[in-house]
Amino acid sequence: MTSNAIAQRDPHAARRLAGWLAALVIAWPMLALSEFKPWALFGSGNLAVIGGFLAGFFPPEGSPAFLAMLFKATLETLAMATAGTALALLIGAPLGFVTTRALSISRIGPGPGRVQAGIVRQAARWLLMVLRAIPEIVWALLFVRALGLGPASGVLALAITYGGMLGKVYAEILESTDTRPARALLESGSGRVVALCYGLLPNTAQELASYTVYRWECAVRASVVMGFVGAGGLGQLMDQSMKMLNGGEASSILLVFLALVLLADLLSNALRRLLA
Amino acid sequence: MSFSLDAIGVVHANGQRALVGVTLAAQDGERIAVIGPSGAGKTTLLRVLGAALRPTEGAVQALGAQPWQLPAAALKKLRTRIGTVHQAPPIAPRLRVVTAVLAGRLGEWSTLRALGSLFYPSDIAGAHEALSRLAMEDRLFDRCDRLSGGQLQRVGIARALYQRPALLLADEPVSALDPTLADAAVGQLVAQSESTGATLVASLHAVDLALRWFPRIVGMRNGQVMFDLPATQVTAAMLDALYASEGGIATQRPLPAGAAMEAAFHRPDCP
Repeated sequence: MTSNAIAQRDPHAARRLAGWLAALVIAWPMLALSEFKPWALFGSGNLAVIGGFLAGFFPPEGSPAFLAMLFKATLETLAMATAGTALALLIGAPLGFVTTRALSISRIGPGPGRVQAGIVRQAARWLLMVLRAIPEIVWALLFVRALGLGPASGVLALAITYGGMLGKVYAEILESTDTRPARALLESGSGRVVALCYGLLPNTAQELASYTVYRWECAVRASVVMGFVGAGGLGQLMDQSMKMLNGGEASSILLVFLALVLLADLLSNALRRLLA
Repeated sequence: MSFSLDAIGVVHANGQRALVGVTLAAQDGERIAVIGPSGAGKTTLLRVLGAALRPTEGAVQALGAQPWQLPAAALKKLRTRIGTVHQAPPIAPRLRVVTAVLAGRLGEWSTLRALGSLFYPSDIAGAHEALSRLAMEDRLFDRCDRLSGGQLQRVGIARALYQRPALLLADEPVSALDPTLADAAVGQLVAQSESTGATLVASLHAVDLALRWFPRIVGMRNGQVMFDLPATQVTAAMLDALYASEGGIATQRPLPAGAAMEAAFHRPDCP
């Protein structure tokens, strides 16, 4: 036993302090590099410019012709986001299942086939990385050239990028819960799918559902950006309104967004309650 | 031969040594209690027996097979015949009790039946029977997160009973139960072994339970088997030596305790 004076000192304090200092030293040049100068917003003239721009947004456009167009674009955006997320689920869920270490049978012991299983897991992880490393807008630009203007290219772009995101986060959610129930099942000879359903899903279903709905919400927003490059929906409408400097139309479109995000939130809460 | 361990050594990934030269064998249907202080290696021993941990040294044989020589499919099959009652019941809190118990036979069921059972329990009568042996049948359709620690532990035991394994391992199966319930629960594990012919190996902190229910007692300390005797031959001095603390108290103990242990260690029938 060492003396009391030493035993009562936290041995990790110095390392923790160094960590905080390192974070500061790294963060400061980042702010400088990104030209973060929020006070420029309040500089002379800038406020007036912003104010003028915003004033153009009122009142929201409500003519029946525009509303009909808005309705059609909203449906298109919803369809794009939903189809894209559904396809992303088909890509992400199996890959997430494969990469989840907690569901590895060969890691118990470790037993036979450990090296092969490790290679498969790593390959799946790299695939997920490639899928999500390229932004959906780039995929959309590519597919618009191949498939022509319209939502189809947006759906494919979302499916690829969001598939990569869903797979990665699914695996992380499954890993970060208590994995002992699944491991105990694997140790008594059950299969991986069964261990997932009896051991991991009961604890993570809420989390998985709300992350999926959140991704759908992101897909709604992303489909707007992709609309700017010709993938249809609200984005294309927004692009036209902005180019014509029609603020009223833009604010109507923004209100629709607000409603869609609200809808996603309600859906997410309902699902969480259902799965609680 | 139900299982045999030959000079098993286990060094954990963090470099900590858990088992040193453990040699132990059991016939089919034998009932063995493993006793010893915390950190003696009881849990590690049970994990090695359950083919859940590959020992660093030595050879394991369980239910007529060498688990670490088997291909993956055969190892999986072997594991379905080994049941474990874990110290902290590894049951997802949102599962219902019936599902948690039925999970005992997931290794035996087809994936389709297992998934179907999540929607409608495929053997309610079986789960009810296993639970009633632990006086838990009235909680059949409750969720596991509504149970107390002791009730959850009994659900964990019911799962292992429902599994009907050929080798039944129990790691501190009654640590959260009051003395009366603990006695009844250990009695049910023993009854299971008697009725199915399963070999039962249980680690227990309550020495009186071990001596009352188990014909054979294995004393462990510092990752080693200190004695392996019929319950009738275990003396108070041996138990004193087994549980003597590492600090000053142990070294001041009178010598006879150590002497008795020495005698037990060199039994003629124990190589």
